Amino acid sequence: MNRLKPWQIILPATEPSNFLSQGVAITGMGIISAIGNNVAENYHALINQQKGISRVSKIETHHKHDIMVGEIAATNKQLEIQLGLETTHNYSRTALLGAIAAKQAVVDAQITNVSEYRTGLVSATSVGGMDMTEKYYYEYLENKALQKYIESHHAGDSTQKIAQQLGIEQSLVTTISTACSSGANAIMFGARLIKTGRLDRVVVGGTDCLSKFTINGFKTLMILSDSYNAPFDENRSGLNLGEAAAYLVLESDSIVNKENKKPLAYLTGYGNANDAYHQTASSEQGDGATLAMQKALSVARLNPSDINYINAHGTATANNDLSEGRAIIRVFGENPPAFSSTKPYTGHTLAAAGAIEAVYSILALQNNILFPNLNFVTQMKEFALTPQYNLKQKELTHVLSNSFGFGGNCSSLIFSKQG
Amino acid sequence: MKKVFINGLCSVSAQKTFDNNFFLGSIIEYKDTVIPAVDPLYKEFILPAAARRMAKGIKMGVVASKIALANAKINTVDAIITGTGMGCVRDSEKFVSDIIDNNEEFLTPTAFIQSTHNTVGGQIALEITCQGYNFTYVHSSISFESALMDALLQLQNEEATNILVGGVDELGDHTVKIHSLIGHIKHNPVSTFGMVNSETEGAVFSEGANFFVLSNKAENNYAQLIDVQTYNVLEAENLPKIVTAFLNSNQYSLEEIDMVVLGNNGDVKYDGYYNILTRSLFSKTPQVYYKHLCGEFNTSSAFGFWLASKILKTQNVPSYVMLNDIYPKKMDTILLYNQYRGENHSFVLLKKC
Repeated sequence: MNRLKPWQIILPATEPSNFLSQGVAITGMGIISAIGNNVAENYHALINQQKGISRVSKIETHHKHDIMVGEIAATNKQLEIQLGLETTHNYSRTALLGAIAAKQAVVDAQITNVSEYRTGLVSATSVGGMDMTEKYYYEYLENKALQKYIESHHAGDSTQKIAQQLGIEQSLVTTISTACSSGANAIMFGARLIKTGRLDRVVVGGTDCLSKFTINGFKTLMILSDSYNAPFDENRSGLNLGEAAAYLVLESDSIVNKENKKPLAYLTGYGNANDAYHQTASSEQGDGATLAMQKALSVARLNPSDINYINAHGTATANNDLSEGRAIIRVFGENPPAFSSTKPYTGHTLAAAGAIEAVYSILALQNNILFPNLNFVTQMKEFALTPQYNLKQKELTHVLSNSFGFGGNCSSLIFSKQG
Repeated sequence: MKKVFINGLCSVSAQKTFDNNFFLGSIIEYKDTVIPAVDPLYKEFILPAAARRMAKGIKMGVVASKIALANAKINTVDAIITGTGMGCVRDSEKFVSDIIDNNEEFLTPTAFIQSTHNTVGGQIALEITCQGYNFTYVHSSISFESALMDALLQLQNEEATNILVGGVDELGDHTVKIHSLIGHIKHNPVSTFGMVNSETEGAVFSEGANFFVLSNKAENNYAQLIDVQTYNVLEAENLPKIVTAFLNSNQYSLEEIDMVVLGNNGDVKYDGYYNILTRSLFSKTPQVYYKHLCGEFNTSSAFGFWLASKILKTQNVPSYVMLNDIYPKKMDTILLYNQYRGENHSFVLLKKC
């Protein structure tokens, strides 16, 4: 059922070409989050309903008793050892997390020689090296030993380092930062690079560490919960910030055929739109979100009824869940497919969110399982939507994943079993 | 595949470039290590109440976008793709220092909200009510070229008709201070025309916003964008091979390049990358540079793109951008090359329409 009025559809004006509607194979994935250090650990936590939300332990903040976060257990030191870095390195925590997740993805895709095909990297981050900047902001002026971190502040630095860790040289390596939709957008651009033949293979995803900067930023916006976040619940009280990194390996059909690979899944649809409503708030009717989901369906040449599960953005802020819920109704009708937000497990991991939830969407497809929207108790009064609140086995063919961010940025991705 | 054209543009830079009625009429000469962008009359383009909340980068980006759209004679676009290396540094600096200075108390959200890298792209969407695709690339000196590549691919494949593409970066006091400490900014002032041969390390830092309307419809055009390619790292000695391969992949030979536009910034440590090409493949080719006019910032190569577009449209090359004394016999095809501190190299190929 198409509930959009003609004026609401901006792109694509014409039926997407065959070229566009062709799925892109996903051949590997890697992840580190508050619920696990790899894909298997994340899946184990998801199906055993183990959340990774706790009090903050690694950041000395004034707000430590009023907030809950999704923190990764490993210290920077432990991550450095895992990567085998020299002590003179200048990796931010964002780069450390990103390198670990991206390396897992490459191993998972059974890539032994990264230079064998034209291989690129598209990474997303919003925090970048802010963790070091906020720690040494004034000390940089006096302490020469710390000045090595000045260069690791900018967003592209973590990406350059991840490329180096993967051995990607003389190639296309870039970074996307569109706030909380960044990770999804990195996946989208990667797909475009494969479809247009610019690259044969691309590692795509996102990484963000926790920082005082984001804790205080979201605190001033008064959208941090002092308890466990409860998406789509009438009594939701805001989000929990989290930190994570996740990457996928996208490969062209010719590599898949030549190497006789069995893809984990396919990226078949994607759409990005802008709310053009407010710098931080989503429009009440979810215009941008509606458009993003519509575009993704159009690229995948699917009807709304073809989607079996929606991994919602569901941050548990008053504004997001209302806007996203309304958008889901606009696209899918009053009885949408099963949907849930996995943010009660991981917290909102900002630029990594779209990437870790891509991994979860693929896990859902592979295992034919719906992950529960933890902490849900009471239906919202604005609409009759109940998220999937318990674990459920269900045959899945197509999964849609939403990611929305500041600046009105809305993205939807569709993952499918078949290309 | 559709051809892609540049149909409108605007540059806000350390020169008075924002008025499209002039093409570098008179040059502002500096003798400094950091040079600010010349402010256009923001109130002609942004409501004063809105402008008061905006840091310089946002204002420059919004004004450059609006002028570029007017220049292309259109009101809106299908997509907005922005590049920014450092993002909104002024708001970032303000929010970090407020956190530290006030021990995480008494903070207001404005600086945080505006510190997000996609603030400029989001604000442009708000100002011109564009609900289309909106991406922001943040990868050092290829931030603009990444945006350019995304737009090129979408237009070639008819996913969009008109796309606004731009690069924007602003100066921030603390950022300047710490980059001086580590020698990325020159220690001693250099003059505009002394920069390129300064023989010292570091660059002259600046800021600016360069925005373009790219389209797969040829109207009012400046030039045709043939291709763009970026490289995270490369060995200097491989440069000639890489350039040749880039040209060949677009069915161009070296001899067909009428002019090279280079990102020399006078940093004795890294200008060698350009020298490898100017002393070999392009020793007999007219060479143009521009960072003496606009300074160095992560998206300064977008000023080079603006300059090359203007040269192709006007068929005129101002003498003070010539790096060598070979005057072009014709100005049909221009190759741009840029890198920053030996990383994030980009090549762009433009053709006269």
